[in-house]
Amino acid sequence: MIASPFSSANPSLLLNSSMHAILPSSAELSTPALLASSDAATVNIALLVSALLFACGLVGFLSRRNMIIMFLCTELMFQAAALAMIAFGKVHGDLSGQVFVIFILTVAAAEAALALGLVVLLYRRRETLDSEAWSELREA
Amino acid sequence: MSLTASLSSILAPLPATLADAASATIKPAVASPDLSWAGLILLLPAISAVLCGLCAARGVKGKLPGVITALSLLGAFALTLMLYMRCPTDAPRTIHLFDWVSFAWGSGAAEGAKWTSFLAPFSLYVDSLTLLWMLFVTGLGSLIAIYATEYMESDVGKGYARFFGAVSIFLFAMGSLVMGGNLILLYLGWEGVGLASYLLIGYYYSKPSAVAAAKKAFIVNRIGDLGLALGIFLIWVNYGTVEYDALFQAVTASTDSLNDGSEWTKAAIPYCLMLGAFGKSAQFPLYVWLPDAMEGPTPVSALIHAATMVTAGIYLIARTYPLFQLDPGALTVVATIGCITALLAATIGMAQYDIKRVMAYSTVSQLGYMFLGLGVGTTFGAVYHVFTHAFFKALLFLCCGAIMHGMAGQLDLRKMSGLRNVKGFGIISWTFLIGCLCLAGFPFTAGFFSKDSIIAQAFGSGNDRFVLLGWIAVFTAFLTAYYTFRVWFRVCGGPTKYEPGDELHGHGGDDHGHGHGHGHGADDGHGHGGEWHPHGPRLAINGVLLLICLGAILAAVPAYLGGPHQENNWVMKMVSHSSAVGGIPAHDHGASHGADAHAHHALSFTGIADVHTATSVVASVAGILGIAIAAFFHLFNRKAADGLRQTLLSNSLTRWLPIAMENKWYVDEIYHATLRVPARALGHIFEFFDKSVIDGVFVDGGARIPAGLARVFQPLYNGVLQGYAWTMAFGVALIAAWVFWLWLQGGAA
Repeated sequence: MIASPFSSANPSLLLNSSMHAILPSSAELSTPALLASSDAATVNIALLVSALLFACGLVGFLSRRNMIIMFLCTELMFQAAALAMIAFGKVHGDLSGQVFVIFILTVAAAEAALALGLVVLLYRRRETLDSEAWSELREA
Repeated sequence: MSLTASLSSILAPLPATLADAASATIKPAVASPDLSWAGLILLLPAISAVLCGLCAARGVKGKLPGVITALSLLGAFALTLMLYMRCPTDAPRTIHLFDWVSFAWGSGAAEGAKWTSFLAPFSLYVDSLTLLWMLFVTGLGSLIAIYATEYMESDVGKGYARFFGAVSIFLFAMGSLVMGGNLILLYLGWEGVGLASYLLIGYYYSKPSAVAAAKKAFIVNRIGDLGLALGIFLIWVNYGTVEYDALFQAVTASTDSLNDGSEWTKAAIPYCLMLGAFGKSAQFPLYVWLPDAMEGPTPVSALIHAATMVTAGIYLIARTYPLFQLDPGALTVVATIGCITALLAATIGMAQYDIKRVMAYSTVSQLGYMFLGLGVGTTFGAVYHVFTHAFFKALLFLCCGAIMHGMAGQLDLRKMSGLRNVKGFGIISWTFLIGCLCLAGFPFTAGFFSKDSIIAQAFGSGNDRFVLLGWIAVFTAFLTAYYTFRVWFRVCGGPTKYEPGDELHGHGGDDHGHGHGHGHGADDGHGHGGEWHPHGPRLAINGVLLLICLGAILAAVPAYLGGPHQENNWVMKMVSHSSAVGGIPAHDHGASHGADAHAHHALSFTGIADVHTATSVVASVAGILGIAIAAFFHLFNRKAADGLRQTLLSNSLTRWLPIAMENKWYVDEIYHATLRVPARALGHIFEFFDKSVIDGVFVDGGARIPAGLARVFQPLYNGVLQGYAWTMAFGVALIAAWVFWLWLQGGAA
């Protein structure tokens, strides 16, 4: 969704129009929100949880070397994104956010099967789960 | 054909001064579709070349390729004979086989208009000159192919198919050179024979000297070919056609608008063609490749480098003689170059010890005679000498080859003597003698008549310069007789004594020093019990020697039947019905002219009124004197020859003579110093520029920019998964920060 700002001549204009709901400009903060105040609080909490989950996943991915743990961390970031989608679906009063999450869960399940299979194969090759065992493509 | 028709229609009435020569003009060609089977003469060798290639690919072990080639060449010879019988000689015939090069352009591509089309169909131009040439090319080609089936037998299964494939390519190319109806087809054949020559000189490709000789022949010929190509371009520019028939009509039509000096492109044509002829026919200064070409197998030397290919230059000038007649200066140059070459090569030939090299220099020398004949204005003499020379020189080479074949590659005339008494070498020795007599111009042999008709024309031309050239030619005839019989008396005369060459491996006495991996040690041990015997040739070689010897003798028959001025000579008739008719000496055109030329000729001191008889006497004396001197030094008193050499060497004034002659007048060394060394130095300069500036600055310098840029980002690619993740996270954070910054900006606005 944030794909196009770079191609536009005036990115701020584009942000102001299409991302109106997601990132209300600082000038619009004083105007009435789309949602009722209680609903807005729920959404904010959901977004906050999503951000925290994502941060946890990212920190875990960056700090651990065990490939299974790293894989779990990517799953964590995945779920954070799914949660954010549900929250924004709520903002727009639209169910497609939730529909997307169903799809994401399905794809994630398939992808998990694949990724764990890969991890097993990699383990058989090197007898270790340390991701630093795989650095043939280093340039420096 | 439409081009031809319109050009002949614009043919202007001949000027009055040319009315006498009108009978000698070239008749327009007649299209003869009924003779299209003559294309088979070209097709048969081409098919044979393909079949030999297939044999080589399939690894055929046997004489099959030789048999295929010999049969196809015999077929071509039979077809040529049939063409000779069936083709009327009243006018040249053109036989259109198929369209080959055909371009037309411009808006007004009117029929036959100049410079709006370029037509070079694959058509044959058959006149009596073509027939004469094709008869001896295919005839000798067949005989030499048969000879080679035995001569090359030690290479069966290895290079045998390659050899005969190249011979077939040669015959195809020579056929299109001689029979082609336009200069483009001639050029195709010209390059084709060059290719075949290159392939066959370098036949023993594992021998460095053979490879060097092949390259030398090819490169020196390129210089001549450049001249030929330029000549063809200029012909097209000036006459708007490259087809012989239209060209000859155009030349005849434009005779009056000549010598105005404005059209230098027209004046340059004969000089360009001459350069091509000098390259292919090994004339000074481009003759250096021919002696080295003797690295090839001997049948190749006989066929390509003595009898046929090297006469292509004579053919070119005889064929385009109308163009040369426009410029007497060009013909004088041809005569002078021919004479210089004849003398130079003869002096070198006197001092060589390798019998094949002697024959090679004598070929260069005899080719010089032919150019002398063309230049002094007797195309008949030149063509007759081509004809007789083809037989006796092929015979001489085949004899040398047979000796070499039997003597394990021995070619040094100091190491062989009295071969006429060795068992199996009788036929070789006596046929060799016949060839030597012809080459030496011994009275009443074929070479005597043909050489004399050239020298007589030089004396009878009434031109002082040509008379001088004639005297040089007589002196060269003396030298020729000497060096020819020096070989024969040394090798075949005298007491019997011989030592084998360096190819002492059982019966495998093939050409000198090729490296196909014969185990010398292994072969030496058996078969002869350690003792070596020369082995005489068998049927294929002996039979061919006898047949060609017969040909060399019979080549004199046309001269016997020729009458007082050779006007009934078969070769004379053939030449006078061709495009070379302009070079027929006009003896029978008017009695007053004839008497005038003959009364005060250069040889009047002999007391003989007729210049031909006088020349015959003088040349015979020169030839017999040469033979006598050779007999003294090389048959009766061989010590005297060495003594003479020592005397010359010991005197500081004459010391240079034998040294320079034995070293071929240092011509190769002069070329090396004046052409090859500067070219090499220039090459080194260019190489330095290429490596330092082009490569160093532009190519490598340009490549250094992205390499330096890459070094900045290289640490990002450290191979660790987390590293990449960090990079990615940092990038996402950067974008998020940018978006946040934009949002703040929007708030400010």
